[in-house]
Amino acid sequence: MSLNRDQIAMRVAQELEDGYYVNLGIGIPTLVANYVPNDIEVMLQSENGLLGIGPYPTEDQVDADMINAGKETVTAAKGASIFSSAESFAMIRGGHVDLTVLGAFEVDQNGNIASYMIPGKLVKGMGGAMDLVAGADNIIVTLTHADKYGNSKLLESCTLPLTGVACVKRIVSDLAVIEIKDGAFHLIERAPGVSVEEIQQKTAGKLIVPDDVPEMSL
Amino acid sequence: MSGFNKVVSSYEEAMAGLTDNMTIISGGFGLCGIPEGLISEIKKMGVKGLTIVSNNCGTDNFGLGMLLEDKQIKKMVSSYVGENAEFERQYLSGELEVDLTPQGTLAEKMRAGGAGIPAFYTATGVGTLVAEGKDVKEFNGREYILEESVTGEFAIVKAWKADKIGNLVFRDTAMNFNPMAATAGKITVVEVEEIVEVGEIDPNQVHTPGIYVNRIIKGNFEKRIEKITLAKN
Repeated sequence: MSLNRDQIAMRVAQELEDGYYVNLGIGIPTLVANYVPNDIEVMLQSENGLLGIGPYPTEDQVDADMINAGKETVTAAKGASIFSSAESFAMIRGGHVDLTVLGAFEVDQNGNIASYMIPGKLVKGMGGAMDLVAGADNIIVTLTHADKYGNSKLLESCTLPLTGVACVKRIVSDLAVIEIKDGAFHLIERAPGVSVEEIQQKTAGKLIVPDDVPEMSL
Repeated sequence: MSGFNKVVSSYEEAMAGLTDNMTIISGGFGLCGIPEGLISEIKKMGVKGLTIVSNNCGTDNFGLGMLLEDKQIKKMVSSYVGENAEFERQYLSGELEVDLTPQGTLAEKMRAGGAGIPAFYTATGVGTLVAEGKDVKEFNGREYILEESVTGEFAIVKAWKADKIGNLVFRDTAMNFNPMAATAGKITVVEVEEIVEVGEIDPNQVHTPGIYVNRIIKGNFEKRIEKITLAKN
């Protein structure tokens, strides 16, 4: 069975380490906050100017001045700090954030990522994603392995306008955990019940498959 | 102190001097921390051909999005415009020019502009459409692109509190782009929730010193929220 959104987030959460400063993108990455292991502490950065994102507010706590980068109402965690957008991106660009998790339309075997624009169709903009992928050493991309027509999103070369070049090192998809190095996708784990053949079939780029591909434990 | 008193009593006064084809730098992130009344005044004035530098362009019927209704905006410099259907329509039909700019680069363009730095190098956008036509230079084995800073004839800013000489305090994430925007306008207009007497703000707590501020007006804010998300019980 392929993973649902929450299960992808659960698997990403296993990559967190105690003391990490983490930026979570919009969508599935935001869900990762729900699955931080109890025995570690991480601090979540929101690029609109908050380090230390707390839980969503109760009805009484809702405050229009307190939102995350997805424009959702949030609270500040204990120990949080608030700052300007320039300061926020100094942290990001300066490489002070330990891990960035973001979604994408396409990723290729050289670690290029396309996540912000479909020419002629959808205009959204890159938001902070280009700064995040340029600034972080450690980037995890979450996506579904293929679109609803079965077209792979793990390509030899991205077809859409890029967000960043040679920056993605790890992918957690609905089917697999994949590492990108030396110009290829390397299969690390597969989702429970998903066959290596299905992953191969839905990976258009070069995929290196070791003899033993363990199932994820969630 | 009268020479330093920057408080104006009407929106007309606050935006006086704004004419067609000017550039406006605006604070705000989505609908959070936006100078609502100043934007309404710009709509009322009907000025056209504006270039607006702002992270977002409001929503269809609120914030800077209101200026799209009468096609007052010629060009938007923004990082994210996904919440706005009319924006997308005008862009795709070619009526509206858009310079999609990475969010951190946008913040730094304002910061540098206000600080008298004409351009800076950043790794953000290398190898992407953003890099097209820009100077590339290598430092310590990595490529960077040259980004020019921005300033505007006007900057419009939302702060929580100001004293009468323009020392500003922001509140929570409504700070966002506002401190940089405040530095980047030839005329910086600040709309605030509360105006206090000089001396009431502890100098240690001032976020933006009054030297950047030209006009202050007390606003009434609706403070619309884009996505109310609540804790699950």
